[in-house]
Amino acid sequence: MEYLLLQMLNGVQLGLLMFLLAAGLTLTLGIMDLVNLAHGSLYMMGAYIAWTLIGVTDSFVLGALLALPATFLLGVAVEAVVIRRLYARDHLTQVLATFGLILFFNELVRAVWGPAGKSIAVPGFLNRTIEILPGVPYPAYRFAIIIVGAGVAILLAWLVARTRLGMVIRAGASNRRMIGALGVNIELLFSLVFGLGAVFAGLAGLMAAPIASVRIGMGDDILILALVIIVIGGIGSIKGAFIAAMVVGQIDIVGRAFLPDLLKTFMSSSAASSAAPAISQVLVYVLMAAVLVWRPTGLFGQRT
Amino acid sequence: MKNKLFGTATIATAMAFGLPAMAQSPIKVGFVSTFSGPQAAIGEDMRRSVELAKEHLGGKMGGKPFEIFYEDDQFKPDVGKARSEKLVQQDKVNFVAGYIWSNVLLASYKTVVDESDTILISANAGPSQIAGELCNKNFFSTSWQNDQTPMAMGEYLNTKGVKSLYLVGPNYAAGKDMLAGVKRTYKGKIVSEDYTKWPDQLDFSAELTKIAAAKPDGIFIFYPGAHGVQFVKQWAQSGLNKTVPLYQVFSIDAITLPQQGDLALGTLGAQQWVNDLPNEANKKYVEDFKKKHGVYPSYYGAQSYDAIMLMASAAEALKGDLSNKDKVRAEIKKANFKSVRGDFKFGNNNFPIENFYIQEAVKDPQGMMTVKTIATALKNAVDPFAEKCPMK
Repeated sequence: MEYLLLQMLNGVQLGLLMFLLAAGLTLTLGIMDLVNLAHGSLYMMGAYIAWTLIGVTDSFVLGALLALPATFLLGVAVEAVVIRRLYARDHLTQVLATFGLILFFNELVRAVWGPAGKSIAVPGFLNRTIEILPGVPYPAYRFAIIIVGAGVAILLAWLVARTRLGMVIRAGASNRRMIGALGVNIELLFSLVFGLGAVFAGLAGLMAAPIASVRIGMGDDILILALVIIVIGGIGSIKGAFIAAMVVGQIDIVGRAFLPDLLKTFMSSSAASSAAPAISQVLVYVLMAAVLVWRPTGLFGQRT
Repeated sequence: MKNKLFGTATIATAMAFGLPAMAQSPIKVGFVSTFSGPQAAIGEDMRRSVELAKEHLGGKMGGKPFEIFYEDDQFKPDVGKARSEKLVQQDKVNFVAGYIWSNVLLASYKTVVDESDTILISANAGPSQIAGELCNKNFFSTSWQNDQTPMAMGEYLNTKGVKSLYLVGPNYAAGKDMLAGVKRTYKGKIVSEDYTKWPDQLDFSAELTKIAAAKPDGIFIFYPGAHGVQFVKQWAQSGLNKTVPLYQVFSIDAITLPQQGDLALGTLGAQQWVNDLPNEANKKYVEDFKKKHGVYPSYYGAQSYDAIMLMASAAEALKGDLSNKDKVRAEIKKANFKSVRGDFKFGNNNFPIENFYIQEAVKDPQGMMTVKTIATALKNAVDPFAEKCPMK
């Protein structure tokens, strides 16, 4: 029972990290109709900027807090310099241009921070375990990720559901042309949304850094999962992204934690242990295919 | 008749002038390793050791200067194969060496040893296939076969009385060999055997939670480089370091210790080379390396240093003339050089027959993390795939 709870917590922690990445991605694709492959680069930049600032300030919390406005500014700058020119173009051009951005950022990091990768230490006060239930320890840092991730998800839900900006964002996700016609400053909105997406991606990157080291291309693998999540959740829907991220997080953990034992009941032990990671890698895509058959626009997709 | 004579004379003159020119052309060594990305630190350690070997040789092999072509496999089998192809086809190197990763070596193997009949010296990877049925006269190793190091660890765990063991490793060629290796010798109970996605999985939360629930006497891991750093950190973060000891191969070493720090103190591992092995060649290598770079070399570096010294011994015996490949292979096979691990012989499959030691992670007198030898686990060990190799 405790074991199940701990594994579920692991899934929640993974899901929340992926949600932070998917939130920005789904907003840019849903509202701005922009396919942004470079979103993973913002995740990487968040981690590298945080590494530098943590080194300068000698404090994890301070460095991480300063890294957030820095990634926001980076996002706004990227939007103004490159992304803005792509709105009127077709998706293929956007894919090509943002893929170019990935290469640019990877080389930039190689030039500035070197090829070897960096490691961010878990802050001292979180480098221990806490008892989530009496006698059940859980790493404090992972618990902190859950708290921060859940906090951001609630903040985002409030922002989207209760504020004027959120109203415009929701309107934009369901009919982009109409909000332009109603006199909303689209340019400013796009800038803001892109910057916001960058902050969430950066936050995910810097929080993942102490668990998985800071390295070139760290965002590329996770970006694919984030794309799967927004497709499952429905493009443009924050709620969909959240639910899909939670589901994908659980599936990943189930695949790693329970699948080998399940397979061992009818396969040889060694065949089961090498088949399990392969199958768990595929499970997420099977889910995506199933959801798309059932609901072609995703769980909470707006457009048909 | 006159023409013919003239022709012969031309050829003779060309040869007379041509030969000294050829003697001056340098020996070319291709070196494939990972120089970018998260595992670049390993490639850097190897490159430093190759450069040190070059320095110790005075830049010459058998009286001839030699050149080294470094190629970055980017930690990807397909890139490694393409780079190896470039080395043998375009640069026409005399030797190809290096290779950290078994999957990269397996992808590049045929191109080098079969298609272009070039001598390949692995300075790390030792996949079971190459030790067994795929063995080749052009392949030599200055490291080990993948199964051997974990076999040494398994032997030691038997003598230490560790009753049950939880195995975790990455899901690729070397990971499978390593876990199979420890199972060959370890006689206690294997609680479970988990494979993780390679190379993208750096988060071991699910696995560590499983281990905590299974309560084994020990954890056995194989996670080279950056992955080892993460596993040890997360093992400590999860609090398991206080209850379940970690036994490892290739996961705590000179490359990972600066980042693992005190968390790794006291952990045990197996290795065929340790920086404190008491022989002259090793003392010179380790001291000069430390003097130059301020850090300890790793076995990756030691094996690369040996690979260059092995080539040099063959070139020395043949006075720099590497044109007859049969002779070169025969000289290499003698392993007639001062290895930093101490003398060894090549087995029928061209893998070393060598000792394996148990090492402990400790702090040196200056407070720097390192490893020291505490026991000999296996003596003159032959790898378990040698008998499957058709070569005699």
